[in-house]
Formats: sequence, C-alpha cells, structure tokens
Amino acid sequence: MMQEWASLAIDTAKRRGATYSDARVMDVRHRDISTKNGEVGTLAESESLGIGIRVIASGAWGFAATDRLTREGVEACAAEAVAIAKASALAKHDNVAMVPEQAYVDTWQNPFLKDPFLIPVERQIDLLLAADKEMRRVKGITLAEGSISFRRIEQVFVSSIGSKIHQIKMQSGAGIVATSFAGSEIQKRSYPSSFGGQHMLQGYELIETFDLVGNAQRVAEECVALHSAEQCPEGQKTIILDSSQLGLQIHESIGHPIELDRVLGMEANFAGMSFLTIDKLRKLQYGSEIVNVVADARLQHGPGLGTFAYDDEGVPAQCTPIITNGLFTGYLTNRETAAAIGEKRSGGTMRCENWNRLPMIRMTNISINPGTWKFEDLIADTDDAIYMETNRSWSIDDRRYHFQFSTEIGWEIKGGKKGRMIKNPSYSGITTEFWNSCDAICSREYWTLWGTPNCGKGQPQQTMGTGHGASPARFRNVKVGVAFAK
Amino acid sequence: MSPRASKSHPLNFEGLAERVLKLSDADETEVDIDATTDALTRFANNTIHQNVAEQEAGISVRVVVDGRTARSSTNKIDDESLRRTVAAAISLARNQPKNPDLLPMLRKQKYQKVSRYFAATANTTPEDRAKAVAKVCRMAEKSKQTAAGIFVSGSVQSAMANSRGLFARYEQTRSEFSVTILEKDSSGWAKSNSPDVRTIDPEALAETASKKATGSRAPREIPAGRYTTILEPPAVLDLVGFLFYDFAGTAVLDKRSCFTGRMGKRLFGENITLWDDAYHPLQTGLPYDGEGLPRQKVLLVDRGVPKNLVYARATAKKMKAKPTGHGFSLPNEYGEAPMNLVFAGGDKPVDEMVRTTERGILVTRLWYIREVDPYEKILTGMTRDGTFLIENGRVVGGLRNFRFNQSIIEMLANVLMLGPAVRAAGEESFEMVVPPMKVRDFHFSEVTKF
Repeated sequence: MMQEWASLAIDTAKRRGATYSDARVMDVRHRDISTKNGEVGTLAESESLGIGIRVIASGAWGFAATDRLTREGVEACAAEAVAIAKASALAKHDNVAMVPEQAYVDTWQNPFLKDPFLIPVERQIDLLLAADKEMRRVKGITLAEGSISFRRIEQVFVSSIGSKIHQIKMQSGAGIVATSFAGSEIQKRSYPSSFGGQHMLQGYELIETFDLVGNAQRVAEECVALHSAEQCPEGQKTIILDSSQLGLQIHESIGHPIELDRVLGMEANFAGMSFLTIDKLRKLQYGSEIVNVVADARLQHGPGLGTFAYDDEGVPAQCTPIITNGLFTGYLTNRETAAAIGEKRSGGTMRCENWNRLPMIRMTNISINPGTWKFEDLIADTDDAIYMETNRSWSIDDRRYHFQFSTEIGWEIKGGKKGRMIKNPSYSGITTEFWNSCDAICSREYWTLWGTPNCGKGQPQQTMGTGHGASPARFRNVKVGVAFAK
Repeated sequence: MSPRASKSHPLNFEGLAERVLKLSDADETEVDIDATTDALTRFANNTIHQNVAEQEAGISVRVVVDGRTARSSTNKIDDESLRRTVAAAISLARNQPKNPDLLPMLRKQKYQKVSRYFAATANTTPEDRAKAVAKVCRMAEKSKQTAAGIFVSGSVQSAMANSRGLFARYEQTRSEFSVTILEKDSSGWAKSNSPDVRTIDPEALAETASKKATGSRAPREIPAGRYTTILEPPAVLDLVGFLFYDFAGTAVLDKRSCFTGRMGKRLFGENITLWDDAYHPLQTGLPYDGEGLPRQKVLLVDRGVPKNLVYARATAKKMKAKPTGHGFSLPNEYGEAPMNLVFAGGDKPVDEMVRTTERGILVTRLWYIREVDPYEKILTGMTRDGTFLIENGRVVGGLRNFRFNQSIIEMLANVLMLGPAVRAAGEESFEMVVPPMKVRDFHFSEVTKF
C-alpha cells in the first residue's frame, strides 16, 4: 500500500496544479532500552507511519504531512501541500528551479546479519545490566548507565518525474557510561563513544562487536582515576585526537560548513551560515596537504548513518571530494542549490528525519581518508603533546570559524611515550588554521566509521544520523585548556 | 481551494482512550494520546523558501505486569494496530526484572484549569503567515537588508487515562515568530512565542532585529576577558535553562546535579529567586505530569539559596519527600524536572543597565551552548546576532562575537541588576519567564572572526 498512497499523492498534487511533486511514505520502528545503577530505565518501542508530500506550485514550495493514510486523508494532504505552495508564492522572488535528474525504479536494503527486533529483549537488558554491574564494582563509581537503541526505517519515494524507490534501513547502537562524583568534581568515561555510544547501519551483530562487559571495568577505573589526574595545562600544544573525537571535529568544522543551503543563507535564522562562501570553492587551502575528506553515501564507504542508495529527493548516493590534498573542492548540494555552484547534478544529500519532515541538505558520511602512520609510531614520533580521547563537550560559532571541544580524558605524551593521565582536556581554534596544522594521520587499520545519531538542523528541527570515518591524527600548535581557564 | 487553517486535530480522545484500555488485560494500563497540528512558514533571502504543515496523532500505552512496566507507542489507530501495541507493551514488561520502585498508577485527580487555547492561533492560515512574512521581507528590502526567519502556528491536544480511573485532558495553541536581519558584516535578531498569535507583532520584531543589525555594522574586535555584561532575556534564558535538570530529585540522588551537597546553602546572589510555576500567566504547558499528577508551584531558589527540588512519585518515596507533579512519563531513568521556570525579576530596564555601565558588553543572543563542567556548571558558547560595546553609559557600536566559558553559579552570584521578567524565547532552552541581567565579570575567553 505504501506505493499506492505515494502515487495517489502525486496524482492529486498534479491535478491541483503542482508542476513537480514527490512523496515519501515512511514506516519507522524504534526500540530503546536503558539501564541505570542496576535497574531498567527506559524500556519502550514505538512505530510511526505517514506520508509527506512536497510540491512546487505557482513557482514556490509547499509541503504537507499526515498520518491519515486513507484516500481522503492523502488527497487532502496533497491538496494542502499545493495550497501552501500557492501561499508561499505571495512572498517569492523567482520561481524554484532544480537541476535535472533521471527517474529510478529500485529497491534497496542495507545488509545486516541479525534483526535486532528479533533478538529477545531480555538478552539486550541482560547485556546492559552485566556491563552496569562491572562498572559499579569499581569503588568510586556513583552512576552506571547503559543504552541500546534500534531503528528500522522503511520508506517509499515516488516523484512526478517517474521515480519509485523502496528502501529499508536497519540501524543499531549502544554505549555505556561510568560517572563518579567526588569532592567538587564530576568525571565520566564512556564506551565505545560518548552521548549514546556507537551507531551504524547494521543489525545486532554490531552490538556484539563492542564487548560492553569486557570494557566496563576499564572505563570505570579510568573515570575514578580522573579525580586525581593532572589538570590540562593552558597554552599552545601539539595534540593527538582519537578517531571518535576527530569524527566530531570533522562533523562540526567540515560537515556543517559545506552544507550549501547554509552557505546560501537558507539557515541564517537558526543553524546559521558558513564561512565557506562560494568564492572559496577550489581556492581555499582548507587543510594541510595530507588532509583528504569525502562526502560518501555509498555502501562501499561503509555502513554509516549517512549510507543509503538514494537520497530523499530520488538522487543516487554519491561520493563527493570535499577536501583534496588540503584544497576545498566540494559542497553538499541538492537539486535546488547545485546550479548555484555551476554543478549540473545534485550531490544527493537531501534527507529527512521522518515522513512529517521536509527533506533538506544533510551530511552523509563525511570522512577523512586514512593516512600512513601506525598509531604506535605516531606516539613515538611526538616529543611533547596531549592525546585526547572521547568527546565531552562541543561548540562552534554560527559561521563555523571558532570551535571549542573538551574530551573525557587525556594523556600526556613526553619523549615519544604515553605518560600521565590528564583531566578536563580541552582545545579551541579557528577551523582552517586547525586543519592546516594537521601533520600526521593514522592508517586504515585505526580508521573507524563513527555514527553521530543526534545532528540537529532545520525548523522544525530534525535530528539526523551522520557518519564520520576517521583515524587518530596529530595537530601542531593548538590552544589547549581555555575551557577551564580562570 | 483555500489553504486550510492549522485547526485542531479531529480525534475523539475519550473514545480512543477507552478502546485502548479495553484491549489490555495487564494488571494496570495507562494510555497517553497526543495530537499535533502544526504549520511553519520559513523565509530567507527575503523570500519564503520552505513552507510546511503536519497533522499527527500518537498513542502511547504503558502497562504494569507483576511489578514490571514498559511502554509501546504507535500512530496507527486501527483496532489491530492498537491491539498489537498493547501486546508489545505487555511483552516488553514481562521480559525484564521486577522494578522495586514501581508504584501503583494514580487514581482520579483534580486539575487546576488553565486556558491556553486561542482560536485565532488555531485558525491562522498559510496565507496569513505568508502575508506577514511578505511585509517583513519588504521592510528588509527597503532598508537594503536581508531577512530570514520563521512564522509558526499550531495546536497540541493531549489526553491521559488509566485503568484506575484517571482521566486528564489538555489543549493548547502555539505561535512563534523569529527573525534575523542581515547586513554585509552584521546581523540582528528578535523572537517571540505565545499561545495567542494576536500578541505577536512580526513587524515590530523585524524592526528590533533591523536596528540591531544597523547598530552593529563594522564590528570592532576587543580582547577577550572579564567584562561587565548585560544579557538580554533570550541570552539569560539560554544560560539558566541549563540548570533545569539540576533541580530534579533524581539528579541529586544520582550525584550529577550541581546542587548535590549544596541545598540550603547560599550559592547565588540575594537577588536570585526562582520558582517552577506551570500556572504563571506567561507560562505554557500541561498542568499535570507524566503520571497524571497535578503540577505544584515549587520555590526552587529563595534569595540565593537553593531551597527545594522537584520529585516524581518514586523519587519522592526514595528521598522521603512529597511528589511535586514534575515526573516524566514512565518508564524512564531521569525521574523529573521543573519545566516551567519563573525567575523573580527586578525593576531596572536594559536602558538603565546601559546608562550605569562605564565599560561593558550588551549581548542579544547566545549560540551553541554546551556544558563544560557539570558541577561548577561551566558553560561554553558564542554570542550571536547583535553584540555591542558600551562605553560611558552608551552603546557605541558592534563587536566581533565572543566565545564564553562561564560558570552559571558564579554568574548568578554576580548579578548587579535585574529587569522585569518576561516570557523569553531562545534556541537552546524551552521558553521561560526570565529578566534581563547585568552581570559583573562575565568571562569571554576568545574572539571569533566576525
């Protein structure tokens, strides 16, 4: 029925005067489990089914969404989208124009081995409770938390140019966090990453690779040890970032600034704009010559949260070179904005959170290519630095120039050896200065495709999962310690 | 066809709740129904570029089986889907350990009436929003400026029922206008949010944003450091919003609240008093919590001293306190939080704060605020869309934007002046009633490029 509803919407929109329309019927299922200090916290499942219809009429955009999937409901929704577009035309300058795209009829599903919704829920709870127990075994842990979440997203896309695309995406993720309060300090350590852990387009087999229980004691011991660690110094230092922190650095200081809708002012009221104005394309030295970054939504890049076969306006997944040998070479585009930079085709980055949200330019998998260094060699080659692991906070200005990050833990590197633990590590800088200071990137064996499941953008705000492949990397002469400076 | 207004969802709440309760054979069953009708007109570059509307109804079922509870939700309201949703909740509940903290569901409650549904808002059409936006865009073009923003109208209707006889019903409209005015090297911003669209004046907001953009042209750079700083209400809101969960009993139990070990001790200045009050005339939101318990007005901070926390029923039992009607929907690990913060204001308008400042900074809005230290409550973030230098009691021009790293505890101990509390809308926190503040030694740590 999903395709019939979408086709009915397209037919209705055309009859009502739309010159272009596309419809997404989406059926999204979630399972969320969390534990805290030996007890189950959240234990919930949800499902959501509906249709979103996007049209151009009178040269302007309109969008309407409904969960009333009846003939009457879908026709009314399509008619409303057209009526809204006509209202939009009251404040338009030019007619909406899009670069051409072919019609596709296709079906795709990401590969996975174990359907997480078929794994007994008690097994998933038991896993979290076992990790919880291991964390609380460590004296000084005041809070042990764990979470698992799964998403199954089935969608049918139909457009007035003749596309009919059926996609199913299965997403899994999990993580644990140990927190310790002592004196006047709260410290925490997370695994495999912070803010919900690691998430990918995979089945339950992903969760089994984490070994949450096996890592719980280490995470908890590091957390407690942070209380007696040295405070991060203040000044200019060499830093080495672990791959998960580098993934977030890419997200904030490369992924967002390359969104062409942001560059063109379309996000000015909320998410902001970008320093990457169009005149900088193929001219700006974004990073040092060893920095190569791609936006790659194809499955061959890996099962990231930005992996798909077609984007949400029916454009096939692509790989776009974003930074090539340090030079800025590409934006994230859609059919409406591609022409602004002289492109003949969309880069295929339109994504929506659910059926009730308008597709917009979003990151796919924005990844830095691996370098050549073995991690051990990189440490041995470094005389005086701080190695920072696992993000604790992140912030960047609304044009994406100035950022500040802090991580959960740091390690002093002295004379080529990893030494004392450092607490409250933080660093800050200007985006292009930072990327130009990169002088070493670790090789493929240290490269991980991290999932950021909580990227916010748009009004109404949409939360989207994005992927970021990264391996540890070294940066010279970076300002550290400002976050805690008195 | 004329565009339909964002009128309320045509759902039979009572009938649907009864249907769900009849489908369940669990020991106890609770059903929550939320129906949303929302529309948002978005503009940028002086034109409407996105214009959306949505209608959705969601049903969420919580069951209790042998001392265990779980939840399942759907937006499919046919009998088969509802039966499947109830069965899923029961299955989830059965497959977990017993919850020693679980309390019986509430019986019938009495609720204080609040009136937050305005037909004028519910009946706002896409044409109404487009016409208002077109006026603002024309204003901007006339001033050789560029406008971007949103105009929102909509309604939400909620109902909660359980198998022990509780039934609660709430409806509310919402409207919001936010506008950024851009010039070549400056910008200004203003935003308003209300259940009643008639209280929102898009042109006046655009005028405010326009003046800020004009006044901050050619921004100069001054060194980072500690400055006397005047924070307009949206900036105050987005900072103090980070405190809300610290007032949860569960956060103190879990030792992740900045009030752990600090209750009853002077922490802020004597001029800081704070309530949670769902019934305040400038507040919005449900008069009952996630379990259906009526919300109470709670004095959180009394003249600088943290006095009370808020408690869900289970948290209250653990902490030997009385529940305050602030619990989240069960099951959850966070417990509760005050969602209707109201700061006591003062009588000093922003103009007077400026007039009495020899050298300082006036901040319109903050951006991308994140917690750096959860116990000292150090937050980092950026200024945005109108940051001004004050010299000798006058605003003398715009400044390049700063990064700040500031303890909110320290900030609330350094408040020199308070203005009248207003309903403020920002981007980092839900709306609250907060005053503008003049603060001593606010810590700006670095400067950005614009």
